[in-house]
Amino acid sequence: MKKSVFLGTLAASALLAGFASAATLDDVKARGELICGVNTGLTGFAAPDANGNWQGFDVAICKAVAAAVLGDASKVKYVPTTGETRFTALASGEIDMLARNTTWTFSRDADLKFTFTGVNYYDGQGFMVKKDLGVSSAKELDGATVCIQTGTTTELNLADFFKVNNMSYQPVAIQTNAEGEQQYLAGACDAYTTDASGLAATRAVFADPENHIILPEIISKEPLGPLVRHGDDQWADINRWVLNALIAAEEFGVTSANVEELSKGTENPEVNRILGTEGDLGAMIGLDKEWGKRAIAAEGNYGEIFAKYLGESTPIGLARGLNAQWTQGGLLYTPPFR
Amino acid sequence: MATAADTPRESFRLGMLIYDTRYRSITIQTIVVILAMAGVWWLYDNLMANLTALDKTPSFSFLWNRAGYDINQTLIPYTNDDTHLRAMLVGLVNTILVAVLGCVAATVVGVIVGVLRLSKNWLVARLMTVYVEGFRNVPVLLWILVIFAVLTEITPQPRDFKVTDEMIAAGEEPAASMILLDTVAITNRGTFVPAALYERSLGEIKIGFLPISLNTLAILAVIVGSILGYRAIKKHATAVQEATGIRPVTWWKSLLVLFGPIIVLLLALGFHLEIPTLGGFNFTGGILVSNALMALWLGLTLYTAAFIAEIVRAGIMAISKGQSEASFALGLRPGRTMSLIILPQALRVIIPPLISQYLNLTKNSSLAIAVSYMDLRGTLGGITLNQTGRELECMLILMLTYLALSLLISSGMNVYNNAVKLKER
Repeated sequence: MKKSVFLGTLAASALLAGFASAATLDDVKARGELICGVNTGLTGFAAPDANGNWQGFDVAICKAVAAAVLGDASKVKYVPTTGETRFTALASGEIDMLARNTTWTFSRDADLKFTFTGVNYYDGQGFMVKKDLGVSSAKELDGATVCIQTGTTTELNLADFFKVNNMSYQPVAIQTNAEGEQQYLAGACDAYTTDASGLAATRAVFADPENHIILPEIISKEPLGPLVRHGDDQWADINRWVLNALIAAEEFGVTSANVEELSKGTENPEVNRILGTEGDLGAMIGLDKEWGKRAIAAEGNYGEIFAKYLGESTPIGLARGLNAQWTQGGLLYTPPFR
Repeated sequence: MATAADTPRESFRLGMLIYDTRYRSITIQTIVVILAMAGVWWLYDNLMANLTALDKTPSFSFLWNRAGYDINQTLIPYTNDDTHLRAMLVGLVNTILVAVLGCVAATVVGVIVGVLRLSKNWLVARLMTVYVEGFRNVPVLLWILVIFAVLTEITPQPRDFKVTDEMIAAGEEPAASMILLDTVAITNRGTFVPAALYERSLGEIKIGFLPISLNTLAILAVIVGSILGYRAIKKHATAVQEATGIRPVTWWKSLLVLFGPIIVLLLALGFHLEIPTLGGFNFTGGILVSNALMALWLGLTLYTAAFIAEIVRAGIMAISKGQSEASFALGLRPGRTMSLIILPQALRVIIPPLISQYLNLTKNSSLAIAVSYMDLRGTLGGITLNQTGRELECMLILMLTYLALSLLISSGMNVYNNAVKLKER
């Protein structure tokens, strides 16, 4: 690739700046900081808490990667991205990874040149309406005005859903979840549609969550997961296996509480390999032996993260559903650490 | 006889390109042009090399793919089965709509404010100053957002218009009701106004992608014809007055010519109004003027009008005081002095900067995205760009389209400028 000083003067070069060097891992290590693209604010997934610290399900993935790579879960710089800006931010190298409830699709993978490193939440698109609207099914939404985040897969699903059911609607394109919330509450749209988990998270921060219902129809498959740029397989592997480590940790009962103790050695060789007491999996992805241990210690295993930010004890109150371990009837199933 | 041919011709040497003043400027210009072209080529080559490395070779074929998304304001037929190109055209038409509405309204408001700011009435002049300074010095995006917020927050929801049997039984009034003889509903989604419908259609013709109803064309033709007829009557009356000194009575002829044909045509076409009615979630029937369009239009208008007002004021003040004094000496009242003497001369000063304001307004209309108005930036530069990931291509088309639009506006305005500018013979 040609290097150039003037590249910056060209508007389009913003898309390309990050490609001057291929090894994201080296960049991150040299910088001493992981730059992670997250949502502009979706409670439970990624939102700043009262002290301005980012918290959430997606944020926890960023922290786990930072812990595995840099040894410190706090060395993450969060870049809030909208549905519109997220891909440009990742493609341009402005961010090292994107963990922003982003749906894994064929064209995003192949055409936009991204690598999805796994699925951290199996979701589907739903609708939220006010209870007093008297609607109990999405099929009754004929003629409704629907708020929709632009630049998302939900936008296309929505068009398909209404078309298939021979109904009409008025789309109102909004930029961020906050804007959608405001428009929906002001009554500028009858229904708000996004991923069902996003709806639950949005509803949780309403003053009167009991007056809003999420309609039973789930109109699409939305496997949400973190992603990185094409072309840096090592970096993609690190991201993929950090996520897998979190999921496997839950399966094998490794938690943030017992990880220190278990890393002294266990009966289970797979746990030993994850925690670095046996074999040297870390070296294969350019990290040290204890990467897995640090990733799990950061925010706990997948189950702990889910329970902490989205689970039934939180205001969002999502059940594990599809996101349970395969042993519990869910879809979470990691390839073996071997 | 000595001729020029007899003088010994100095042979051309390469050094002359630099040391001979006859050639020097050409040499320098040539070098600069070559350097500039090389620079552009280098940037282009760089871009292509980088895009290739990214595996993203530029291609515009996505324009012919199915768009798959819906747009809430479509002035030309569009469904989500249409192509991205069509979606782009829908956006372009929306951009042009708001630009035209904005330019017209901003001119009207701007001229009025500009004239009033020069008023001798202290209060009026100060009020106009406050308006101009207030709008000119706050970013237009903020005005658009404020107006949008006001429109969506203070207006009632469509369901506030609902009248149920229980409410009638209890003698309650609905929270909101329609205005203007129950024909117009102002809601927090937009204003629903009656639509014109015809029982008989003359068919429609297609100009490119734009289907045009022959009914509309016929009505436009009749209106233009009526105005021409009205002018002919007035011209005739003036001619008679000049010849005989008596102006013939024309008011009934004028009325007949102005309104007769159009009424006959509308009756023949079976014209009626479709009044919006509340059905389901929204009003159905009629035309929805969305709050996004309203907010954008008002915001752009009020903002640009503040600049136009200053341009108009400058134009008026550029006319020497002697002109108005002479006009007053002839016994013309201030209003007529302004419209007959001052403004026509001021136009020469006003038009050139006014063109810039029109261009600004048109380009500022891309702020539409802030209020979810689906203009060119919203469709091509927003949803299409996001769904296809073709940033470079979309932005290039976007830039070229705005460039073409601006050049069209300025060339049109230049024609007008040539018509009003000082004719020097």
